[in-house]
Amino acid sequence: MASTTTPIPRALETVAPLMAPGHTFESISRDITDVVLERPMPRAWFACLGIGVTLLGMLGASTAYLFWEGLGLWGINNPVGWGFAIVNLVWWIGIGHAGTLISAILLLFNQDWRTAINRSAEAMTLFAVMCAGIFPLLHVGRPWAIFFILPYPNTMALWPQFRSPLLWDVFAISTYFTVSLLFWFTGLVPDLATLRDRSKGISRYFYGIFALGWRGSAKHWFRYEAAYLLLGGMSAPLVVSVHTIVSFDFAVSVIPGWHTTIFPPYFVAGAIYSGFAMVLTILIPVRVLFNMEDFITKRHLDNMAKVMLATGLVVFYGYMTELFYAWYSGNDYERFMMANRIGGPYAWAYWCLLFCNALSPQFLWIKWVRTNTIPLFILTIIVNIGMWLERYVIVVTSLTRDFLPSSWGTYAGTIFDWMAYVGSMGLFITMMCLFIRFLPMITIFEVRIQQDQLNRNEIR
Amino acid sequence: MAQIFNESANTLVRAGLAGAVIALTVLGGLGTALYRSPITTQVGFSKAQPIPFSHQRHVGGNGIDCRYCHTSVENASSAGIPPTETCMTCHSQILSDQAMFTPLQESWKNDQPLEWTRIYDLPEFAYFNHSVHVAKGVGCTTCHGEIDEMRLTRKVPTLHMAWCLQCHRNPEKFLRPLDKVFDVDWTPPSDQIEQGLQFVAERHIDTAVLDNCSICHR
Repeated sequence: MASTTTPIPRALETVAPLMAPGHTFESISRDITDVVLERPMPRAWFACLGIGVTLLGMLGASTAYLFWEGLGLWGINNPVGWGFAIVNLVWWIGIGHAGTLISAILLLFNQDWRTAINRSAEAMTLFAVMCAGIFPLLHVGRPWAIFFILPYPNTMALWPQFRSPLLWDVFAISTYFTVSLLFWFTGLVPDLATLRDRSKGISRYFYGIFALGWRGSAKHWFRYEAAYLLLGGMSAPLVVSVHTIVSFDFAVSVIPGWHTTIFPPYFVAGAIYSGFAMVLTILIPVRVLFNMEDFITKRHLDNMAKVMLATGLVVFYGYMTELFYAWYSGNDYERFMMANRIGGPYAWAYWCLLFCNALSPQFLWIKWVRTNTIPLFILTIIVNIGMWLERYVIVVTSLTRDFLPSSWGTYAGTIFDWMAYVGSMGLFITMMCLFIRFLPMITIFEVRIQQDQLNRNEIR
Repeated sequence: MAQIFNESANTLVRAGLAGAVIALTVLGGLGTALYRSPITTQVGFSKAQPIPFSHQRHVGGNGIDCRYCHTSVENASSAGIPPTETCMTCHSQILSDQAMFTPLQESWKNDQPLEWTRIYDLPEFAYFNHSVHVAKGVGCTTCHGEIDEMRLTRKVPTLHMAWCLQCHRNPEKFLRPLDKVFDVDWTPPSDQIEQGLQFVAERHIDTAVLDNCSICHR
């Protein structure tokens, strides 16, 4: 950061400020830590937690019954061996991507507006990856044998199939979770120390242990900065690699509609798209409920909406490319696959997804939509539904209509599929609620640095 | 701001973290070792039987052929446990008054089979057929060890899948001439590999499919 004051570029003068004026270092720390330490939780928080725990209970109950009774409870069949479980896995993993993009890529690109949203976005990433992890565990049917997927020396003289993208997936996702957790925790340490110092009673010890003895010495800050930047560098490739490998689950196979080279970039863009939609879905109500509009301003909403628009356009391009190459390939199976998507038994899902993912984000060209919470919130919900439908269309249309008409079939999720899916949202909501209750949802010290920069007119 | 932890907290946390890593490593190592040890695999253990039957006496001493008792070994998946009648071909005359033969006499009198305890207990999900192994030249002692020297029958291999696969992946290391299958004294010649490869070819053993999952897990 330049030490001398540089003039603000003209283009920036018209945008909303990064932060509400009039804050001091003390008021920043107080406003953010009070949510955790002082203020009673708003009623809406209890309502959310209630809904979350109820849905989580439903997930637990349906999972227990699933283990008892077996996978026949789900709608999966021959030929559709991948149903909701894979759709949900890809959907949740995709949602996680926004956190890593915000925390790592925006960090490396010096984007100041990440400051107020990175903590909650990273928390969302972790919880989304947890939700994603449920589904392969359930889908293998014998969850107690899931460790077979790990390469460990065993008495069977067997290794997992290293040529299978499903195994790459295991490594990609577990690496992703580990690095994201470390990154998130490292960023939390100085704030945990703040909480330790401001809290009373037993919670001091809880925060104190995890603050790792942080005293805020120059040496601490020096090491922190180095570690954080290194972790940022490690996370940045993960933004691209994780969903690329998830897309390989499909693209490495030979099924029409899956075996295509557009999948990795199209999946990564879709992941970031849905991730930003989910961040907005969470932050729009949270910033109002906990009076965080001072820190999470319209500028943030605007910027996130712009990222959604950009990635949404890439996704749209992906849909168009699929259409074009199905025709241009001259391959009968590809052409049939596309005709079946457009007019087959699952055409409703395809058209819904085009509406949700291709048409509706076009409203984001309008600044009024980007900076008004109600339309933006509705739009993010639509995009989340659209991204789920996208995976549903990819999984179901291709599997129900493969090369041999004799092996065609139909698929529909059962009540237990829905219970697992909606139940996983319960886990997500519960974790999000607990996060907001016990940890600072905004990075206190980074906002204080930002305040300092604002004071010096280095940023706006 | 007052300190809430004293200096020893640092040491405690470090020791705790290191201890956790060490504990996990040790536990993992112990578990792995225990899983492979004879305590779990029962290798080298005999089991209590109604009569302390000695293969050493019958095979090593008397030179009785394996098939005299295990009659179905060449034709069926199970080698066959002999019925009381087979025992009685000799023991109606020999040593029939000995106390240890009481269960045999009881069995004969009441027309009830003797209940031997299985030593080679394969899990249900593994399909195994004795006859194909015998027909392709896997000798008895290759799996059952020096049976002619066992006073009490004991388990020799672990029956781990890795043990099955060492032959299924490289059958040439173990195959014998067909007339030596029941020979308890056979030892591999110096050119076993060349001979073995020849046997593999002659006997149409398709090594490409021999370690397919469905060969044993049907």
